[in-house]
Amino acid sequence: MGFPPFLIPFAELEVGQHLYWQIGSLKIHGQVFITSWILLGALIAFVVVGTKKMERDPKGIQNLLEFLWDYIRDLARTQIGEKVYRDWMPFIGTLFLFIFVSNWGGSLVPWRLIRLPSGELGAPTADINTTIALALLVSLSYFYAGLSNKGLRYFEYYVHPTPIMLPFKILEDFTKPLSLSFRLFGNILADELVVAVLVFLVPLVLPIPVMFLGLFTSAIQALIFATLAAYYIGEAVEEHH
Amino acid sequence: MDSITSAASVVAAGLAVGLGAIGPGLGQGNAAQGAVEGIARQPEAEGKIRGTLLLSFAFMESLTIYGLVVALVLLFANPFAG
Repeated sequence: MGFPPFLIPFAELEVGQHLYWQIGSLKIHGQVFITSWILLGALIAFVVVGTKKMERDPKGIQNLLEFLWDYIRDLARTQIGEKVYRDWMPFIGTLFLFIFVSNWGGSLVPWRLIRLPSGELGAPTADINTTIALALLVSLSYFYAGLSNKGLRYFEYYVHPTPIMLPFKILEDFTKPLSLSFRLFGNILADELVVAVLVFLVPLVLPIPVMFLGLFTSAIQALIFATLAAYYIGEAVEEHH
Repeated sequence: MDSITSAASVVAAGLAVGLGAIGPGLGQGNAAQGAVEGIARQPEAEGKIRGTLLLSFAFMESLTIYGLVVALVLLFANPFAG
């Protein structure tokens, strides 16, 4: 749904316009799929190249990958706890790497050079559908983590200090994915919008510091999403005494 | 879209971001004050304090971003456009 007053050349600012692909009765946003496939391919290629010839003394890409592994393990261990963090480390790591690569890929790769019939290529996380899918995955996993670790005793969590908390805890199950998805979507879209508006006003030099700020907040948002996902899982598997 | 709806949407979009920025602004000020006091008292803990501060900044910032999301919905995907 475009908005007529924004038809001026607003630095290629096209919010709410997409490249639609029709699959059955579903309309999907094609530009999100194109960028996420390219970025996922790049990520997988990077990891495959880095782990091809493993050495005892890590160098180059292998060194970077081992640093990332350590980083994600520390994140998962501090949030989820010593006992079950190993089961959830791959999930947390995948979330972190996918969001990080999407955010940075969206702003570092000059997607604007590729013309699409409608809409434009950009960070996959600047589309609400991607972030809601990720947030719902987190919801499913903390339910699964709680139920598989504690069985039906998981539901003690809902009445934990007092039964008065029950409605709030149920409400929390809905607000968690909502805030997770909106936080990521809003931040990434805001970065893109701020840069686009500044490029429209002052095309030279001035947008560069804002772009760096955007890179910084994108990285922080990936970290926040992964940290919160791990925290929710940790909350679900935690034993109350 | 009739003119009264678009006028109301534009005003509401401005208010959503503007009012939404007040609370997080105060909160970020408080957090920064605490961090500076902490660093002044214990300069060797600067790295740790900075990391925590940035993480909590991002949490506060997301409150304004919620307002921004509402503003963007009003401007670009208005459900009342008819």
